[in-house]
Amino acid sequence: MATFSDTEFFIVETIIKIALVMFVLLTAIAYLTWLERKVIAHIQSRWGPYLVGPHGLLQPLADGLKFMFKEDIAPLEADRVVYWLAPFLAFLMAFLSIAVIPFGESFTVAGHVIPLQITDLNVGLLFVFAVTSLGVYSVALAGWSSNSKYPLLGGLRSSAQMISYEISLSLGVIGVLLIAGTLSLREIVNQQAGLWAHAGVFSLLPRWNLFLQPLGFLIYFTAAIAETNRIPFDLPEGETELVAGFHTEYSSFKFAIFFMSEYANMVTVSAIATLLFFGGWLGPSFGPYWLRVILPVIWFCLKLFCFLFFYIWVRGTLPRFRYDQLMAFGWKVLLPLGLLNILVTSFVIAWVHS
Amino acid sequence: MEILFYIFGVVAIAAALSVVFQRTPVYSALSLIVVLAALAVIYLLLGAPFIAMVQVIVYAGAIMVLFVLVIMLLNAGHEGPSVHRAKFARWVGPPLLLAFLVEFSVIVWKQYGLTGAASVTPLDASPAAIGRLLFRSYILPFEVTSILILVAVLGAVVLAKKQL
Repeated sequence: MATFSDTEFFIVETIIKIALVMFVLLTAIAYLTWLERKVIAHIQSRWGPYLVGPHGLLQPLADGLKFMFKEDIAPLEADRVVYWLAPFLAFLMAFLSIAVIPFGESFTVAGHVIPLQITDLNVGLLFVFAVTSLGVYSVALAGWSSNSKYPLLGGLRSSAQMISYEISLSLGVIGVLLIAGTLSLREIVNQQAGLWAHAGVFSLLPRWNLFLQPLGFLIYFTAAIAETNRIPFDLPEGETELVAGFHTEYSSFKFAIFFMSEYANMVTVSAIATLLFFGGWLGPSFGPYWLRVILPVIWFCLKLFCFLFFYIWVRGTLPRFRYDQLMAFGWKVLLPLGLLNILVTSFVIAWVHS
Repeated sequence: MEILFYIFGVVAIAAALSVVFQRTPVYSALSLIVVLAALAVIYLLLGAPFIAMVQVIVYAGAIMVLFVLVIMLLNAGHEGPSVHRAKFARWVGPPLLLAFLVEFSVIVWKQYGLTGAASVTPLDASPAAIGRLLFRSYILPFEVTSILILVAVLGAVVLAKKQL
């Protein structure tokens, strides 16, 4: 067996990881649409997709084929470059942030250690926020370039909402950063290993940051739902208000891209919530070597699935906020709560360390 | 590693030229975003990942969003050929610019030499070190900048409201 140099191994390993993660993510997003339709249907006492394949499991495939063969309509006066750039930008930003999400521990093959993460940036968390803040452009540009009233209004409202809730998103996370002292996602998860000791009756609970930062988690997750434009914060794309918001004038494949990038954003913020507050891939790990490698990934995916189910559950249950209520909530409630959380956390840390 | 610097340097310069020469304001704003992103990559190459990410989050992701939204709301349209352009400026402008650039290059060359690399002492660019610098040595500029931003916000509100 030929020995590979480190660089070659690195390149091959990275390409395989990227291909695998993209494939799994795209399939997960396709079946997330199926899950959403099924769960909302059952909440509303009906069945949802049922005919295409057993229990509608082939529905995403049918939807994908439909999107590919639909007629591609573009408005006559739409700004050529930006109209085509906007969905591309949305897709790029939605899928770029997966690059720093760790799925599990590392495993060793032929003397090389392969971490289950495409790249371990030591400012990994900031990278996710950077990519999220660049994602606002896709919405604003899509709305503007369509040269039409409803998309423009929807795009402006949506981008204003996203930049307002970005602040609360970051503030909810700062508490965790103060505790962890590092921006690397893998390090933050590793610090949540084990169970609480010397806690009496609570010794069976894992050392998740959720128990140290409950308010931070609530702020983060509420801001995350607003950031991804989901109900109850989806006025910019509500059908009864603005036709379809910023993606009104997009048809077939470009609309599918916006659709996919919304779900990919959901997956990303849920993954960050899992890593920061729920211990990521940590969970009971036992058995032979291959099981020890697979089990953390399974725990991570299970926790991620719980968040996604919660997203869909909230969509089926709550009515949507009016736009002024939405902005008032973001600026007058979440932002002060976030600052309060940082203040209290800093005081507690300073007191404990003195 | 050096090749990456040259690539992103060229990208930054091309985008900067695009900012100036585009006819549509929105394209200029988008080109400026490309410049900022290329600069962020150059910061990364210099070993300051925190500054690179903050550049993208704050400058490219918040300030430029403001620019783009304002341009979209003002509906600035396309820039046509300007009416009051003097023929005189066409003959005097470029030579003066060339003279200025040559003068500038000569001064820089005399000081640093053609192949002299700028000496860079490795600094600690971690968030903790930057925070310490910002809140201890540079606390005064920090506070003054925040007051400056407050003044700008107040000015915008006063100018935009019809009556207080």
